[in-house]
Amino acid sequence: MNRSTIDLWVGIFVAIGLGALLFLALKVGNLASFSTAQTYQVQAKFANIGGLKVRAPVKSAGVVVGRVAEIHFDNESYEAVATLTLEASYKFPHDTSAKILTSGLLGDNYIGLEAGGNSAMLKDGDKLRITQSAVVLENLISQFLFSKAAESADDKGKGAK
Amino acid sequence: MRDALTHLGAAVTAGVWRLGYASRFFGYLLWHSGTAFRRFRLTLREIYFAGVLSLIIILVSGLFVGMVLGLQGYETLQRYGSSEALGVLVALSLVRELGPVVAGLLFASRAGSAITAEIGLMKATEQLSAMEMMAVDPVARVVAPRFWGGVISMPLLAALFSAMGIFGGYLVGVVLIGVDEGAFWSQMQAAVDVRNDILNGVIKSAVFGVAVTFIAVFEGYDATPTAEGVSGATTRTVVTSSLAILALDFVLTALMFTGGNAK
Repeated sequence: MNRSTIDLWVGIFVAIGLGALLFLALKVGNLASFSTAQTYQVQAKFANIGGLKVRAPVKSAGVVVGRVAEIHFDNESYEAVATLTLEASYKFPHDTSAKILTSGLLGDNYIGLEAGGNSAMLKDGDKLRITQSAVVLENLISQFLFSKAAESADDKGKGAK
Repeated sequence: MRDALTHLGAAVTAGVWRLGYASRFFGYLLWHSGTAFRRFRLTLREIYFAGVLSLIIILVSGLFVGMVLGLQGYETLQRYGSSEALGVLVALSLVRELGPVVAGLLFASRAGSAITAEIGLMKATEQLSAMEMMAVDPVARVVAPRFWGGVISMPLLAALFSAMGIFGGYLVGVVLIGVDEGAFWSQMQAAVDVRNDILNGVIKSAVFGVAVTFIAVFEGYDATPTAEGVSGATTRTVVTSSLAILALDFVLTALMFTGGNAK
């Protein structure tokens, strides 16, 4: 085996190895999509965030416009504060509302933004005033059960008369 | 009874002795690896033997491991109606665990054993002593280039394994079974994090590379200079480095992926 052919093979090996790393980073890890873009941050308070996690997508009309950067608990209002990083190319009115939604029946939580009608746009560091918390299944079931119980109690009351 | 105790004591002492010698050898190796970089040709040659010649086994096994993951993952996921998450399952299990670990095990048996046998045989045929006679340090001339060649090759091989495996998963999941292609890639991209998953996988494979190649060169250098000794050393290389990979994998996983479920 000649020396120069070894160089060639090692070169090919290193090149496709680095290519594989690049493939993992760009295609699998999606490094390119959000790290380079200009962003701004807004905060939203929720009474309950359900299963929302950091890095969950922020969508508006189904399009990913940002990600959840940070979640912490506000000890004065006893609410959860989520910091959202939005891409600067997407502008939203000042009275945009945020909802915590679930993708699919068993999917992950994400934040849905619905644009309002205000002419002033959201700026870096603004707070979203109108929010809607995550739907907690247990609360939903208990509401349903209570309403059922109330109904049947009503029926019995009528039957007695 | 007394004999058994003596044997036990001797075995423990020998083990600790060897561990100390290995540590000293590691330090000496690092200290004298200047030659491996100044005369990079030597290292290049070892990258060829450890890396390039391992390509076939790594690529083919990666492809098949990914295909099996695609089949098995689909089988389980479709029961819960979430077969679109196949991409996440294949990518995360490959990048985090299977890529570094299986590539490391293959590398240990394909390249590690060859390194041990080569150095052991050089010792048995007194080539190493001949070098010392010529005032050439065999650690700097023979051991260090092999060590660095392996350390450089291993992360690249693991990345190739993962990439090939993801391609295999794509082949079975999307092309053969018919999972939606957009969901396959987009869910994967949403779930895999560059720093937490991919970089940690690369760090893992680099650590495995250091462990496997060091065990290989040490076993070769420390081999009893007989035919039997070299064969024993080669076996020990494969056994010890496989165990080292699995044990290190547990430690590294515990360190990397348990700091809260930061996705």
